[in-house]
Order: sequence, then C-alpha cells, then structure tokens
Amino acid sequence: MVQVTINNKKLLVDDDMTILEAARANNINIPNFCYMKDVHRFGSCRICVVEVEGARNLQASCMVKVRDGMVIHTNSERVKKARKMLYELILSDHPKNCLTCARNQSCELQKLGELIHAEDGRLEGERSKSEIDASSPSIIRDMSKCVLCRRCVTVCNEIQGVGVLNAQNRGFKTVIGPGADLPLNSVNCVMCGQCTVVCPVGALQEKDSLQAVWDALYDNGRHVVVQTAPAVRAALGEEFGYEPGTLVTGKMVTALRELGFDAVFDTNFAADLTIIEEGNELLDRLTKAMNGKPATLPMITSCSPGWIKYVEHTYPDELDHLSTCKSPHMMLGALAKSYYADKIGIDPRKIFVVSVMPCTAKKFEITRPEMVNNGCPNVDAVLTTRELARMIKEAGVDFRSLGDGEFDNPLGISTGAADIFGTTGGVMEAAIRTVYEIVTGRELPFENLHVKSIMGLDTVKTAELLIENPKDEYKFLDGVQLKVAVTSGLKGAKMLMDQVSANESPYHFIEVMGCPGGCISGGGQPRPTDDEIRKKRMDAIYREDENKQLRKSHENPFIIKLYEEFLVKPLGHKSHELLHTAYTRRGIFNELLQGRHR
Amino acid sequence: MSNSVIQCRCKKETEAEKYERIAEVIEEYKDREGSLIQVLHMAQGIYGYLPVELQRFIAQKMGLPFSRVSGVVTFYSFFSTKPRGENTIRVCLGTACYVRGGKKIVEKLREILGVEVGGTTADGKFSLEVMRCIGACGLAPAMMINDRVYKQVNPDKLQSILEKYY
Repeated sequence: MVQVTINNKKLLVDDDMTILEAARANNINIPNFCYMKDVHRFGSCRICVVEVEGARNLQASCMVKVRDGMVIHTNSERVKKARKMLYELILSDHPKNCLTCARNQSCELQKLGELIHAEDGRLEGERSKSEIDASSPSIIRDMSKCVLCRRCVTVCNEIQGVGVLNAQNRGFKTVIGPGADLPLNSVNCVMCGQCTVVCPVGALQEKDSLQAVWDALYDNGRHVVVQTAPAVRAALGEEFGYEPGTLVTGKMVTALRELGFDAVFDTNFAADLTIIEEGNELLDRLTKAMNGKPATLPMITSCSPGWIKYVEHTYPDELDHLSTCKSPHMMLGALAKSYYADKIGIDPRKIFVVSVMPCTAKKFEITRPEMVNNGCPNVDAVLTTRELARMIKEAGVDFRSLGDGEFDNPLGISTGAADIFGTTGGVMEAAIRTVYEIVTGRELPFENLHVKSIMGLDTVKTAELLIENPKDEYKFLDGVQLKVAVTSGLKGAKMLMDQVSANESPYHFIEVMGCPGGCISGGGQPRPTDDEIRKKRMDAIYREDENKQLRKSHENPFIIKLYEEFLVKPLGHKSHELLHTAYTRRGIFNELLQGRHR
Repeated sequence: MSNSVIQCRCKKETEAEKYERIAEVIEEYKDREGSLIQVLHMAQGIYGYLPVELQRFIAQKMGLPFSRVSGVVTFYSFFSTKPRGENTIRVCLGTACYVRGGKKIVEKLREILGVEVGGTTADGKFSLEVMRCIGACGLAPAMMINDRVYKQVNPDKLQSILEKYY
C-alpha cells in the first residue's frame, strides 16, 4: 500500500494500481475514453489526464502507476482545459451525425460529452478519412467515425489472436484496418464481432438486418418464423435496464409475438437435436477408432461459425476434425422449411426464417452456399441481441411491462441441456449427459448433472470420464477414459489446434466457442461485456437449466417425435441432407478457396 | 548478418533467389522479439521495395498477421510499397535544412529529374524522397543519396552530383 493525495484527500491504495484505478476505487471519477478495464490500456486518447505535483506534463492516469506521496489533482483548471481541448480535437475529426447513427444514445463519445462541455465548431478542419467498408456480411466499418482508440486492435490481436485489424499509415492518415486497403470480407476476419462490442462509437457495428426483417413482416404473403438462441434470453434484458444476469425468456417471447412473427420457435430445440446428432457422431467415430477403422479424433464442435471460419483459414488441413453438424439455428431453419412446412401445409418458399443470435458471425454463416436445402436458404436473416432490442423499442413495445409467453411447437420445447449451449462448457456438458447415458444406460453420476471442471471462464478446461459397465453394444468402451477439452476465445482454440495439427492432442472431444466466455458474450450481445457480466449471464443460463424438468436432450418429447415422424434415426439419410454440412479450405489469405473440402 | 547480404543485387538475381534470401533472413531473425523492422529493412534491401505479396510472405514466415506487417510498413516512410529507383535521393526538410534552403533543393531536383516527391524516374535510376531531419543539422542543407550524405548542397551543383550515378 502507498499513500497518495487525490484532490486533497489522503488515500491508502494498492501500489500496483494506476492513478485511474486508485481514483475509481475511492469513488473519484476521472473522465476517460479509450481505457477499458482488463482489456485495453493504451493511453491513446489522453482524456484521462491529471495533474501530478512535481511532474512537468499532465499524466495519462490510465497509464501511470501510483507512487508513495503522490499528490494528484483530477479537476484543476489546467486539467479541465486540457481535457476539453482533447475532446474537441477528437470531435473535430468526427462526423457528428449522431441522430442517424445506430449508436445514438449508446455512444461513449456522446456520453463523455455530458461530462465535458465542449464548444462546437471551435476547431474545424480537414477530415482524415471517410471510408465505409460494407463488404462483410457481418460487420460494417465506418472509418469516418473511428476515434483511433485501438480497443478493436487489442481484442482482435491479443484476445482473439486473429489480427485482421491494425493501425495502418501514420499521424493524421492513420486508419484501423486489414492493410493494403483490403475490404474486411477479403481477409481472414472470422466475423466474431468482438470488435463491435468494444468500439466506443459507431465505427464498427453489425451489419443491419432490421429492414429485411420488417419487410418480411409487412409482407402478407410471407409466413415469418423467428427463433432465439440460448444466450439471448440471458442478456436481452440489459438493453431494457435490467441487471446483467436477468432472464427475460417469457417477455422476449411475448415481444416477438407483438412484433408480428407468425411462429416463435426456440433455437434450444435444435440444440437438443444437435446433441443427438453430434453425440451419435462422436460415438460413431469412437466405435470406428476402437475397431481399427479410419476415424478422425478428436472430434470438435461446430456450433460457432466464427470458430469454423477461423479453423478454415488457419488450419485448413484439419477440417475432418470438425463435427459435420450444422449449428443449431441452421438446423432449425432447415426443419422449419421442411418438417414444419409440411405440418402446416405451407410452401417452404413462403417461409421466412429469422434467427435472433448473440453473434455477428451467424450473419455470415447464413450466406454460406452449403446452407441451402431444396433451393431455399435455411435461414433468411439474422438479428443480433442488440438489433432485437432496437426492433422492440422501434415498435413501441414496452418490454418491461410484458407478460411471459411460451414458445410455439413443434420446434419450441427444450431441455436444460440446450439452455447451457449458450455458455462455454455447455455444449460439452450437454453432450456428456446424453452420451454417457446412451453408452451405460445410466444417468451421469455427477451432482446436479454438472461437469464442474469444464464450467467457468478459464481459457482451457478439461475433464476425464471413465466408462465402466457399458451396455453390451458399447462393450469396447469398457474402461476407456474419455478425455475432453473446452475452450472459448480463439487464443485458446489455437492452443488446442496446435496440438491437433501436431498429432499430439490427447482428447477425444473438444468444444470450441469463438468468443471468450462463449455465446453469452458473443459479438452481438449488449455492451459492455466484462468478466463480471459474463459470470452473471452464465449463472442465469445455468439457472434456466436447473429450473427445467427435463435436463437431458434425449428426453425432449418433441425430439423423440421428430425422429419418429420425420428424421427416422440419428445420422440417417434425412439428417445428412438437412442437418449436416461440409467445410471449406480457405487458407490465411484465402489462397485455397478454389478447392472445396469434401 | 554481414552487410553484403542486404545489398541490392536486383539486376543479377531472379525473383525466386531474392525470396530465398529473404527467407534466410527471416529464419535468422524470426524468434527474436521485435525483429520485424529489422527483417523489413533487410527485405527491402534485397528486393528493392515491399510489395503486398512480399509483405504476405514475411507475415506468414514470421507467424504475424498481415495487417501488423502492413501497419509497420506504412508507418515508416523509409519503407516503400512501390518499386524504387536504383538510387534513392532523400532531401532533408528538418527545421535547420528547411530554413537554409532545403525546399530549393527539392524544387531543383523535381525539375532535373522530372518527378514529384515519392516518384521514380522513368529510367528507374532515381527515386526522390524527403525526410524530416537526418541528424546532420550542422551540415544544412543536407541530402542523402543512398548511404552517402551531401552537405551544404548548392542547387546549382545538383546536376553534377547526379551525373556521378550514371
């Protein structure tokens, strides 16, 4: 501990704190902008400057550590003048078209303006850049709004390890981008959208799909169905002032009905279906491997389209490790335009499927040429959680006053195993609950059905499961120690994939989610996201699971019915046609795109 | 790394040989922290300039994102992404050289060579660049041709200086 004086208050603070952290810990707010707790500390905007007695220049409080005896003024005339000047300089190179910007009222630059009473037009001059890159189906880059804080550079390089965003050029001409004026769609961007979560302004955003969805809803000839991913219900409430971790499942369903959707389905139903298909695929691979037949292990989950694109770019020779299962919302879309269309007697071409996802990469996923059956795209539009909130507000629906609604059948019932798909470790746990029971005929013998060691926010988590006394048809697995690993965020994925590509992976099954923490903190979720918020959303997801009567995917009565009435059996002919897919060798520079995999 | 390795042999070497030599440089440097600038410097010495294809090659060999390599290349004015002349003229426009007539040197060179700043003559002989202070303020106005510094340059003498390079 050291003693510092901030604004004439003597304070004892930790000696490894920065001035900003020390002030914060003592309820003194130093206006700051580019700084992001635990993520980004760069000192580029200088908004957080303070006066330190004895120092000639003002100090960026996010960068400078406290020292014993330091005397700090956060609000002196000199500090306030400098702060105002810095803010006005940032504004002088910003379009200021706030009223038409999607970040209006959720913009950190705007919010900062409330603290700093800037004078308009005092500093007007040349604008440095105006490039808008709309090439990506997921993310739109409007560089005229970029404030060069470099948060996106940090998440893209250091947190995700992808590195398609970096500062190019120098000084006034600096622009954040992939380099060589390449559009985002032409490089190895995985479209995870983590950059859109940290961008303080409207420079990086999801590509807007609201208009396409409204158009479909206003078209009377269309039967518009919507589905919601497990992570959406654990975060949507934040957009309406609820505490992080508040579950708003029922209100969300009611809101979707009020918006005019003809059927409100649950992606969770398809998550249960994924477990049946993927679990059987794993058993199929294990059976082959144990009987000396060719089979690729470890098998790796395929629900996260950002992760899939990453592996296609980075490890194009390892695509056989990926489960061939489509992601759950694609499965549901395929079923909506076949099974459901048959049931209600509607031409599948008239059905318009909207997925509400915590994810920006899903917007890219629906454009993949594989995601089409019988000439119909499986899913027609993807809205992020943020976009759904905007849609609800736009329609004048008073979310907080809504009652609880229920999802529609036959694609609306789900088990607790499906709920946990939204968090890191969830897909693996759901798969283990079902696979263990298929193999042994007994329920997974863990407290509350949880696989504790793969829960939580650690980058790489592992578990081992000893198979004892299996059923006769799985005798060959007797005594086998099933090894699994779970990771979220692409840095962790890289660690596990390096083992895979060196043929050194000790695992049978790996779960990868592209965003740190999993879908609960996906690129389409409400801002901000930090570890505390991640944990709250994660708790909410596990709560939803534990509150369900049915907690194992194979117990879902509508899944059982679906196989009886339509699919016949897991990995069967219909499943292969509708629910499974193939992957594309891309290469880090897209140099492999000509040759198609499988 | 000896100096001869980075010397330009562009006229005598094939494309593949240049890439091979750059790969050797990367092999030697890639595990050293912060060696990207060093590698780019040498690669430019070998290849003459740093086109996007070469930047990709360097990125892949060094295990770095392309955007990072391109970011460094576009940050430093010393690096060029366009083909450069056999000889690079750099006129200093730092404060001391500027007030002692650096600008006039630039004007005269533009006239003699028929190129703008940043350009290369049609015969590929000279590239013309300006720099902000080459650290030779006592010799102002100064300019460099390749590694050689010319002091107190008189615009009228430029023609005869350039002739030495033909």
